[in-house]
Amino acid sequence: MIYRITHTTHYNYQDHVGLCHNLACLRPRNTSMQICKNNHIAIEPTPTLQTQRQDFFGNWVDYFAVQQPHKSLEIISVSEIQINAPEVLSLLTFSPVWESVRDQLDQDTSNAGLEARRYRLRSPFIEFHPELRDYALLSFTPQRPILDAMRELMSRIFKEFKYDPNSTTIVTPLTDVFANRRGVCQDFAHLAIACVRSLGLAARYVSGYLETLPPPGQVKLRGVDASHAWFSIYVPEQGWIDFDPTNNQIPAHQYITTAWGRDYGDVTPLKGIVFGGGTHTLMVAVDVERLETE
Amino acid sequence: MPTIPASTVPVWNLSDYPCQRVHFDEMCSEPGQTRPHWQHLLDALQRMGWAELQNRQRESRRLLRESGVTYSTGGDEAERPWQLDTIPLLMSSSDWLNIERGIAQRVELLNLLLKDIYGRGEVFRKNLLPPELIYAHAGFQRACVSVPAPGGQHLHFYAADLTRAPNGDFYVVGDRTQAPPGAGYALENRIVLSRVLPSLFRDTQVHRLALFFRSLRQSLQHLSWRRHDDARIVMLTRGAGTPNYFEHAYLAKYLGYTLVQGADLTVRDGRVWLKTLDGLQPVDVIFSCMPGHLSDPLELDPTSAYGVSGLLQAVRLRQVTLINPPSSGVLENRGLLQFMPALAKHFLGEELRLLSPPTLWCGQRKECEHVLANLDKLLIKTVTPMSGESAIRGWTLNAIEKETLRQRILSRPELYVGQEQAKRSLAPVFVENRLEARQLVLRTFALYADSDVQVMPGGLTRVAPSSEQPVISEQDGGLTKDTWILASEPENRATLLPANDMPSNFSIGRGELPSRVAENLFWLGRYAERGEGITRLLRALLRYLTEPPEELEHTANSLYSLLRAVTALTETYPGFIGDGSPERLQAPEAELMSVFLDAKRPGSLAYNLNGLLFAARAVRERLSPDIWRVFNEVEDNLADLSQRQAKFSGLHSFFTDTSTDILYPALDTLNTLVTVFAAFNGLSQENMTQGQGWKFLIVGRRLERAQLTTHLLRATLCQQLPYESLLLEQLLLICDSLMTYRSRYRSQISITPVLDLLLQDETNPRALSFQLERLQHYITNLPRDNLFAYKSQEERLLLEALTQVRLADPQALAEADENTQFRAKLDQLLVRLDRLLPAISDALTNSYFSHTDTPRQLVPYDSENAEVEA
Repeated sequence: MIYRITHTTHYNYQDHVGLCHNLACLRPRNTSMQICKNNHIAIEPTPTLQTQRQDFFGNWVDYFAVQQPHKSLEIISVSEIQINAPEVLSLLTFSPVWESVRDQLDQDTSNAGLEARRYRLRSPFIEFHPELRDYALLSFTPQRPILDAMRELMSRIFKEFKYDPNSTTIVTPLTDVFANRRGVCQDFAHLAIACVRSLGLAARYVSGYLETLPPPGQVKLRGVDASHAWFSIYVPEQGWIDFDPTNNQIPAHQYITTAWGRDYGDVTPLKGIVFGGGTHTLMVAVDVERLETE
Repeated sequence: MPTIPASTVPVWNLSDYPCQRVHFDEMCSEPGQTRPHWQHLLDALQRMGWAELQNRQRESRRLLRESGVTYSTGGDEAERPWQLDTIPLLMSSSDWLNIERGIAQRVELLNLLLKDIYGRGEVFRKNLLPPELIYAHAGFQRACVSVPAPGGQHLHFYAADLTRAPNGDFYVVGDRTQAPPGAGYALENRIVLSRVLPSLFRDTQVHRLALFFRSLRQSLQHLSWRRHDDARIVMLTRGAGTPNYFEHAYLAKYLGYTLVQGADLTVRDGRVWLKTLDGLQPVDVIFSCMPGHLSDPLELDPTSAYGVSGLLQAVRLRQVTLINPPSSGVLENRGLLQFMPALAKHFLGEELRLLSPPTLWCGQRKECEHVLANLDKLLIKTVTPMSGESAIRGWTLNAIEKETLRQRILSRPELYVGQEQAKRSLAPVFVENRLEARQLVLRTFALYADSDVQVMPGGLTRVAPSSEQPVISEQDGGLTKDTWILASEPENRATLLPANDMPSNFSIGRGELPSRVAENLFWLGRYAERGEGITRLLRALLRYLTEPPEELEHTANSLYSLLRAVTALTETYPGFIGDGSPERLQAPEAELMSVFLDAKRPGSLAYNLNGLLFAARAVRERLSPDIWRVFNEVEDNLADLSQRQAKFSGLHSFFTDTSTDILYPALDTLNTLVTVFAAFNGLSQENMTQGQGWKFLIVGRRLERAQLTTHLLRATLCQQLPYESLLLEQLLLICDSLMTYRSRYRSQISITPVLDLLLQDETNPRALSFQLERLQHYITNLPRDNLFAYKSQEERLLLEALTQVRLADPQALAEADENTQFRAKLDQLLVRLDRLLPAISDALTNSYFSHTDTPRQLVPYDSENAEVEA
């Protein structure tokens, strides 16, 4: 399957912005399940400087600076991604018990193990709380296979939490999300990550896209898709396994990964510092199109 | 010449000095037994006698105060005076050699470790460091991974805190890699002590510090990616009122670097530029004096208001070198102490030369259990040196405190270490005619450049606040000592610099005046002038109230006029103009004292003086020691004032008639302040280089004086009074023009010549037209884009103001309406000026200081505008 993703971000400013420095995390990375065949990021007004690099987590980050006065800024990232059929589902039938994964991580100095240990601690959006740990322990019962427990925890979040775009913002603390039982995909991902990490396991935040299909018989509208977020946990020998608590499923061919990190802060699609500009409005549109099916 | 009888000269008696063996004593090997390298010093002190030593101590305090050496931990706390003991810490050359080698090894090791942590990560793969020790540490900056450094060297400036064990071995108790503070203070200590004990310093073979700073200058030059000969190097500080600002200003002045704040720099085209009055100047090397994570809000701490957006990217593009890079904060990690011996073997194949007291990082299960089981024997510290938090001494806790601590550690074990307490060495401190043995910590500094480590031959010795109180906190300035490293071979002296430790006069380059500095100088000028104007007005009024003139019934109106002028000038409404003014005019003392002393009241004299001091601190490195002496005077008066105010407000509630008790001393203070301002004006006129910065100071002063005079005249003269001569006399006095008037007119004081003298006389330095003429002169000569031939906005406004004043006819201005007694023409002119003068100030701000676009985060760690993922 090949997808074309068009991610448009548009800022309008009240006054002129004299200078802005930005970091964009919009170029999808290659993973074991996808190949980024093509990517182009177009910026208007044209930046004086645009460079790209790979960050600590292996994601692509574009730095750009616009130095002439401007009242709007538009960033369009277009990517073509080939998704390879996932092999995850078969693995879920067997996995080690979660306590042994935890203990093994303490000492694991293999490349994969060291990589996983980057994702075991608190991070700016992931605070530990006893109530989250207790919530996790209801599924992570003693000697239970880790993926089995994880799948149950995911479906509990799906069932017990209401998807509500008006209930939270970027800065809503996890304890509020937990207390109100409401949130959006990044809240559910953060919540699950906090639960899992507080048990001593490794979990990372994944940002990307989910293809949405129109109801049968209708034509898909443009710009209706959105960026999406889910999470992934580490299982020795098997690697990283994705879970989407917002949709209660194991991500497969309709999921496109852009980047991963400890939490949202590591993979924010676009951040920047602007000088001047006054208040601004933001418009984001995402299209996920199927180009061909193999 | 009378001689002091021998019996009154206190004789040095070593047996009085409490030498004990539990700790290592730097001076005594055992009671009564001096270590050889102290003998010379002790002999000299003995010859000197206590009385003289006390004189020297006073002298040292005076010198420190004169150079304005203060210490601030930031926050609301005021800057505190620096304390220096008159007895230096002496270090023998063999002891020093051990330290030097140990520090050199440690710097090399830490540099390799830093490179590995942010690079290949061998230390994790080989199980030499638990990765969580690094990943959980606040100083680990993920954005710094694979950021290049010149010569592959990441650590350049380093400091270690050393203590000495009873067996004489030195231990490292802390590593400092983020803008290690103290080197400037050590330098200042040396300069003061070598002046206080000149012959002793000369005769003792002490290693000089200047060479170290010379090397520092040279190596910073070489760390530039592009230009080695004329690299532009700046020192980056958080600014006045933040920790160690004094030291930053001091070092910048000493090294000849421009001291900048984040807002003075901008990143364009991937390069860092200094915003100066002459446009953008490229910057090659930044010697950063702020914690690394604050240096770039784009990639590091997004909440930092002190950094430079895009800085890290410029470093990545090899356009600028940042010293030390923000990555280095990860080394300020007490948890590393446990692993250092193994790391030395791994990276260098050597034994670690300088050990640390046994330390266990609680982020490991076994180690944590051990620490919890031995809480009452251990020091508990956070892994990161945190401000205000000192080590917890487990053995001082009661059961409840111990349990609280246990819970704290258990909830975040990775943030704590347990450490065996290192016994610190003792050194003599001169306290009230005797020597007291106090614990000390020695901070040593090192420079790593061109694969070569240079250790500063000296250091900052901090001693405990008393012999009973052993805590020497991370932050507290406390009592310090100069550190004398004794040279073993006298012939070394030939190669040393002259006794004066200052390097040849590196002047701050031209064309490098940051616009922020120009702005601060402008405001310094304005505050000084406003302070003087208010002082003179208040002084006139207090004189009037303490010695009322005869014919009081005729002069009441003059008094009211002047009182209203106080409110108008200081904008402390309602005061003598708005609600409640009739009562206040009848009994003006309380309101006058409030305008004088209430520092919390915007517009008051005390408020202005605080503004003056704040502006002065912000440009500390641009002001001479003499000017600082004047500001010290202001500060003293201010302190005095606030005490009085406290007293006054207390008294006021009890007595109604307090005038004389309060007014006379207040008058004295005002007289002193008038002299202080005169001294500042004289010094700024005669003792400052008249460069661009100076021009802004003077422009600020002239503009403010013009505005004050306008307000004063408008408040007092627009309404004609029946018996006006007394008021006119007071006005001339306030404007320091009475003598001129008398010598020129030899007549009764009347309105027309007064207006002539205060408005139009361009030879009278107090006249309005004089201010405007001078302003025109300076403003025409300020730097500007020469692209435009026409006059700038400020020039046009100024021309208009000057023309208005020049064309006015004093006779016509003096005319009052027969019925209303109102001087409409005068009022019209002054109202016009009152519009033009602030407009000139705004125009100057636009032309020269408009760097004020504050940066904002586009996406937010604190707003609700973020793009939310579904």
